[in-house]
Parts: sequence; C-alpha cells; structure tokens
Amino acid sequence: MSETVSIVIDGVSMAVPAGSTILEACRSTDNDQPTLCYLETLTPVNVCRVCVVEVEGSRTLVPSCSRVAEDGMIVHTDSERVRHSRKVVFEFLASSVDMSLTDDATKGWMDRYGCDPTRFGPQAGPVADRDHRHAGHHHAPTGDTAETVSQPVKVDNELYVRDYSRCVLCYRCVEACGIDAQNTFAIAVAGRGFDARISTEFDTGLTDSACVFCGNCVGVCPTGALMFRSEYELRNAGMWDSDRQSVTRTVCSYCGVGCNLELHTQDNRIVKVTSPADHSVTSGHLCIKGRFGYSYVQELGDLAVTPIDEVLARARR
Amino acid sequence: MDLRFIGAEVSEGEREAIHAAVPAAEVVEVDGRVVRTDRTSLRHHLLPALDAVQSAIGYVSEGAVDEIAHRLHVPPAEVYSVATFYALIQTEPRPPVVAHVCDDVACRSAADLVGELGDRDDVVASPCLGQCDRRPAVFFQRAGSPDLVAAPATASEVSSVLDGAESITLEPTVDAGPLLRRVGRVDPGSLDAFRSTGGYVALARAIEMGPEAVIAELETSGLKGRGGAAFPAGVKWESVRKQPTGPKYVVCNADESEPGTFKDRVVLEGDPFAVIEALTIAGFSTGATKGFIYIRGEYPLATERLRTAVAAARNAGLLGDDVAGAGFAFDIEVRRGQGAYICGEETALFNSIEGFRGEPRQKPPFPVFEGLFGRPTVINNVETLINVNRVLTEGGETYAASGTPDSTGTRLFCLSGDVARPGVYEVEFGMTLGDLIERAGGAAGDLGFVMLGGAAGSLVDASALDLRLTFEDARAAGVSLGSGVVMVFNTEVDMVDIVRRIARFFRDESCGQCVPCRVGTARVEEAVSRANGSVEASLIEDMDRAMKDASICGLGHTAASVVRSAIALGILGEPQ
Repeated sequence: MSETVSIVIDGVSMAVPAGSTILEACRSTDNDQPTLCYLETLTPVNVCRVCVVEVEGSRTLVPSCSRVAEDGMIVHTDSERVRHSRKVVFEFLASSVDMSLTDDATKGWMDRYGCDPTRFGPQAGPVADRDHRHAGHHHAPTGDTAETVSQPVKVDNELYVRDYSRCVLCYRCVEACGIDAQNTFAIAVAGRGFDARISTEFDTGLTDSACVFCGNCVGVCPTGALMFRSEYELRNAGMWDSDRQSVTRTVCSYCGVGCNLELHTQDNRIVKVTSPADHSVTSGHLCIKGRFGYSYVQELGDLAVTPIDEVLARARR
Repeated sequence: MDLRFIGAEVSEGEREAIHAAVPAAEVVEVDGRVVRTDRTSLRHHLLPALDAVQSAIGYVSEGAVDEIAHRLHVPPAEVYSVATFYALIQTEPRPPVVAHVCDDVACRSAADLVGELGDRDDVVASPCLGQCDRRPAVFFQRAGSPDLVAAPATASEVSSVLDGAESITLEPTVDAGPLLRRVGRVDPGSLDAFRSTGGYVALARAIEMGPEAVIAELETSGLKGRGGAAFPAGVKWESVRKQPTGPKYVVCNADESEPGTFKDRVVLEGDPFAVIEALTIAGFSTGATKGFIYIRGEYPLATERLRTAVAAARNAGLLGDDVAGAGFAFDIEVRRGQGAYICGEETALFNSIEGFRGEPRQKPPFPVFEGLFGRPTVINNVETLINVNRVLTEGGETYAASGTPDSTGTRLFCLSGDVARPGVYEVEFGMTLGDLIERAGGAAGDLGFVMLGGAAGSLVDASALDLRLTFEDARAAGVSLGSGVVMVFNTEVDMVDIVRRIARFFRDESCGQCVPCRVGTARVEEAVSRANGSVEASLIEDMDRAMKDASICGLGHTAASVVRSAIALGILGEPQ
C-alpha cells in the first residue's frame, strides 16, 4: 500500500497521506469545510451532515469528516448538490435549535448558503415534556408552527448548566464523557427521532448521576448548550463580555501531570477555564480540580468584592 | 471500568427475569487476580435482558436498570439510552396488559379502533403491525404472559383481552408458488413434515457441491435481494466467503416493519424450517459458524414457531457442532426486536443485536467487510433466503428461466387495502400491476390509488396498472417494488389522511441520529398537516432532496417519497 493517495478536490489534484479523511485533505490546503459534530480530538460520528461533499460515483453525498480519501477520488465541495444539502441541513438546525451562541464560522457558512430557517413557519414555544416522550409516539402537529427543542434550562449544580434548547445533538458531550476522554458514561442519547435527547439514566439530576464534574462535555459543546455556571450567571446578569476577557496559559498546580490551563479572566476574575485542544497532555480535557478549582487564586490578598463576585456568590446561594 | 449505579432496589421478579435471560458475568483470573470479562463481550445481551424484564413485569424500573447494568457491565445511562430507543420497552409503570392498536395506512380505513376504545392508559396507537391482510390488527403486550395478536379485531375483543381473555390467530390467505408451497399445507411445527416435503434437500445438495459451487449456482440463478436494494445474493455471499479470517456471521433480517408488508411473517409462521435451512446453507457457504435471525417484536407467533423449529433442528443434529454429520459447525440464535422500524436497516440491526441503539452506520465499510461485531457478515431478508433453497433444489439455470432475465424467480407481493382477497401472492416477475390486483379479486370499489413498495415507496394511480412488476421496469418508471407492498385505496379513502399518516410514521421511526432525517421528518409532517391538504411543493422538494442526499441511511432517503408522489398525483395541492 502506498503511503499517499492522490485525489482531486474542486479541480485541485493533491497527494495526501493514506488514511486521511476528505476533510483533512481539504483543510491541508485551506479549503475549509463547515463542521459541527466533528472535533479533532473525538471519534467522528458523522451525524450533523453539514460537512457533506459530492464524490463522483457515489449515489448520495458523503460526510467528509469520516470518509477516508481513496486513490483517484474526485471530490466536489461546492457543487449545487452540496450547497443545497448544507443549506437545508443548516435551516433544519436553526429552525429547531437556538444557535445564537454557535461560533461565527458556522454563522458565516449559513450566510454563504443563504439559509432561511423561518421558511418552515414560526417557531413553536418551549415544552416541558421532552425528557418523558415515548419512542414511536408524538402528538400530531397542526402545521401552524415549526417544532423546536426549546425547553427549560437544567440548573442542578454549582459548576455547569444544561440548556438543551441549544442542543444540536452532535454527540460530542457523550463521546467526551465516554470512551473518547473521561470514561465516566454519565450521559447518553435517550429517546428517538426528533424526541432524541441527551440524558442521564431516567433524567436524574447530575449530582445523583455518575457525573464527576470534569466539565469536559462543556469543553466540547459547539453551541453553548452546556455552559459553565459562571458564564451562565454572568450572561443572565448581562455582564458577560468576551471582548473584555483575556486568556492566560498556565500549568495546573494540583498534581504532577502538567495539564495546561487557559484562564479566561474578565475584570481580574477567572470566569472560565479551558485547556488547549492541541495540548499533548490534555487534548483539551481536564479534571474537576483543574477545571473548577480556581477560587483560591482569587482569595489571595485581593479581598475587595467585585460585581462579578457578587453575581457568582448570589448564584451559589 | 468503574461504574456508578443508581442504587435502586431490584425486585425478586425483575432479578429472576434478568438472570434467566442473561448469562452470569464470566470471572477470569489473570496472574492470580480476579478480573471480569470486558464489557463488549456481554453487551449484546442488553436487549434480551430488557425484553425479559418488560415481558415479565411490564416495564423496566430503575432497580431493573441497575441490575442489568451490574450484570452486563453497561453504564446505567446507556441501559436507559437503549431502553428508550424502543417503542416496546417502557421505563415507567404501566398497566400489565397494553393493546397496541394499529392505526396505520391499511387498518385506519377499516375501523377507528383507537377512537372506539377511547382514551385509556392501556391502549396506544401503533404503526403497521404486519397483519394488513386481516385488518384491523391489535398487538398485546402482557406482563407475565406471552404477547398476542388479534386480527381482525373489534373494540369489544380488545377490551376482553385487556381483561384477561385469550385471542385466536387465523391462517393467512396465500396464493402459493414454489416458495410458499408448504405454507398453510404442511405443519410448521414438524421437522418430519418439512423433510417429507423436500426440506433439507437443498442443504444436502450444498454439502455435496461445496461452498464455491453453491455460490456459483446462486450467481447463475440471478437471485437478487428482496429487501429493496436488489443486490445480487451470490456476490454478497462470495465477498464474505473470500474474507480470509473468521469469525464471520450470517444474519436473517426478519424485522419486517415496512407498512403494508406481511409476507415474511407468513413465511416464518408457515414454514420456519425453510428459513433455518437457508441460513444454514449461508453459514456453510461463507464459513460462518453463527447465524442470527432478528425478528420483529410484534410477531409473537412467528417468533414462537421459529424458536421451536430451531430447537427441533438442533435436536436432529441439523444445527450444532457437526451439522448433518457433514463436519461443519453452525448454530442459530433468534433475537427479538422491540419496536423500531429502523432496525430493519442492516447496520442498525447489527447495532441492535450488539446491544446498542438501533442507529444505522455510515457505509462504507459495508457489512461484507465489517458487519455484525465488526466482522464480515452476510445479511439477507427472509424472502431472499428461502429462494436459496429453491435455487439449489432446481439448479440455478432452471431458476433463472423463470421471471425475466433481469428479475429472475418469483416475488412475494402483499396485497392489502381495498382488494377482494387480501393476502400474499407469489407470482413470477413480469406480471403487470393490474393483473396482480385482478388475481386478488380486483379492487373493492373504484380503484383510486395504489401504494407500491411500502411507505418508503410511492403512490401510483390507475395509469400505472400496466407496469410490469420487475426490478428493471420499476426502476425505469421511477418507482420501487420495495418490500412487495401493493396496497389498494378505493376512491372513498381520504388520501390526504393517508399521506399524513405516512409522514407521521417517519417522524416516529427516524432514529434521530442525523439532522436531515431527524428534523426533516418532523418538518415534512408539519408541511402536510396544514389545513385543507395544501402544501408548498417547492418546500417539500427542497427538503426531500437534502434528505435523499445527506441522510445516513435509507429511511431518510425515502421518507418523503410518498409525499412527493402525492403532490405529483394532485392529492396534495398548492395553497390557494
């Protein structure tokens, strides 16, 4: 077997290492493609379908994130078929999910494809029964509104919240909680079809579940459905301002593993902790101590109470 | 793996049911340390374990989930995740007997049983139960007793079963050819009767010929898969045979769930040994020593007869370590589905057997390379498999002379709806649609429309009656024979209501994994639900194109097909 394969993407011939995916081949030449469920550090699940491309000879479009490039493959990433499917898939998502906190790149793709999520009708309001729906049964729609996943936010602990109105069901959190990172298996996809949702067993609260509060699910969520409690409270208070935040890279002080931390600070207060996805030790994942155990830093010396402290203290009460 | 459990109490009944269904976790000693087997080796018992609790108790409690999680080393969240995927598994307390009343396309125009029974917590509406030849149909789940089917059923019969009465099963209407010759004539419970009517002749020939020759014979016969894709069976078998290392698997897809389809049920109920013989030939020819038959949960009679037949074949030495004294090992396990149309998709079926949610896999890799448990796998449906017996008995050339050159042999068609004699009709490929309907006694009333191929097929009108029923003619006409559904609607039927029911079906049965299908099936249902049956054709076309191109599997690819055909036929019109 040769070590490289030759493929043609959008008319450009290239040789890529054998085993590369079409997406990796595209990105090796700055020919970027939209992705939502894909993340370099997780196993591709190819479910969001926004990265589909046309491969000559294939009856349907194929997901570029998981399809391995084959010698002689001719790929089109911007054909009418590709643009059409991506447009409709984004419209399906944006019509059913609150994507307002999704990254700018995704918004850029949606603009580029001319998405109009409103064309399915006005969005239906929130419902409270999504965790109790039965597979194979739903109430017949009237067709007057477009069903959504809108529902109350789940706030059941001090460390992070789950706002499944924003959930695109990309499976990233399930993978990060499971075999791709944490091996805790606190959450999985429950239910079926449009009623599928991320859930603990019997929708039990996180504090009663297997969750170890590593926050790695939050770290990989692309839409803000999973959010650190600090960010959630500050956003609710209208005080979250990413333009005023700076990021400091440091090393976690708890043990000798050497995990790199990114401390996101606003007004001299740590408001979020992440880890670089390309860091060789963490691949972006942390434990509860590195992720959440930072309050002692702010209790050294500076005892003045800032507005941020007030908001977060209120939330803890 | 360290698992955290719910900490809920399991009842004695739940524990007994689980322990009877699932083998104890194997304890292995490594270097003097006691370790348990890895989780993947036990996980495939998950669905049988859930079935055991559901069947014994009527629902799966937190305590039962904990017990299953302990025994199989599967996290509680994943047990719950799998349980809630299936319509026949409940995770909340429920009455001990529950009636699943079919209100799908064939049954809904026969009676409004759901309406007649009224709003009660032991009656739920059901998708097609595969009993369309004797509509309306009801399937009962009964805690502690075997599940039951009543068809045709009346509201008072349903009430009496809910109160504890037994029900009866009628023999089906069959217009038999070579494949169905035993159905209704030969005792399905008797291996002797099977053997005295030509049974196991095909296996004997296969053993005499050897694997390569069997597959060559299949290729000569031109046998194509009856599951919808019309893939040449010989090519599939050869691909698996050529794989150098085992284990390999052969799987019979008996998860017949396409609305309007009941032919495989009729075969399984009426001639179960034929399926076992064919699957044994598949194992012999490909080098697989293990076969699975995955049968839909709503077929209790077929399941019982199949299990009885497997046991009889094993007792007679026709399954086991030395099949028929020929020196090869092969055995069959019957697995029961739990109410999920999507599990008829081959890779979803693999995931279901393996104890995962029935979510289809992205292909490639194809099952002949990476199928069940990631191993080379032949998967054929019931109808395809029993054709193998005929091919080997008659010889491939004789077989190929029937039907048309591109569609050899006979086809089982499921005639239902407004026809004089609903039933399974076995006819040579090439008969016209109109002649087939005439063979069933003609339309009852004035023929309006025909659903061809199933809910994933399309609607046609009287102009299609001259269509020759072959793979090639169907393809040329832009339709599909699908699972052999020919459901007739007379001019009295409210077709807008039928189209809406089909859209509802796909909204209910999408697995939810990929966006185009998960959201698309909901949007299509909304679009056809608007007042007056008006629909924006361009919107449907846009959605259908994306669902066809970007969905992972065939469900999404075909979910809007009937709707589009309804627009083309003027059943649904533009808004005024």
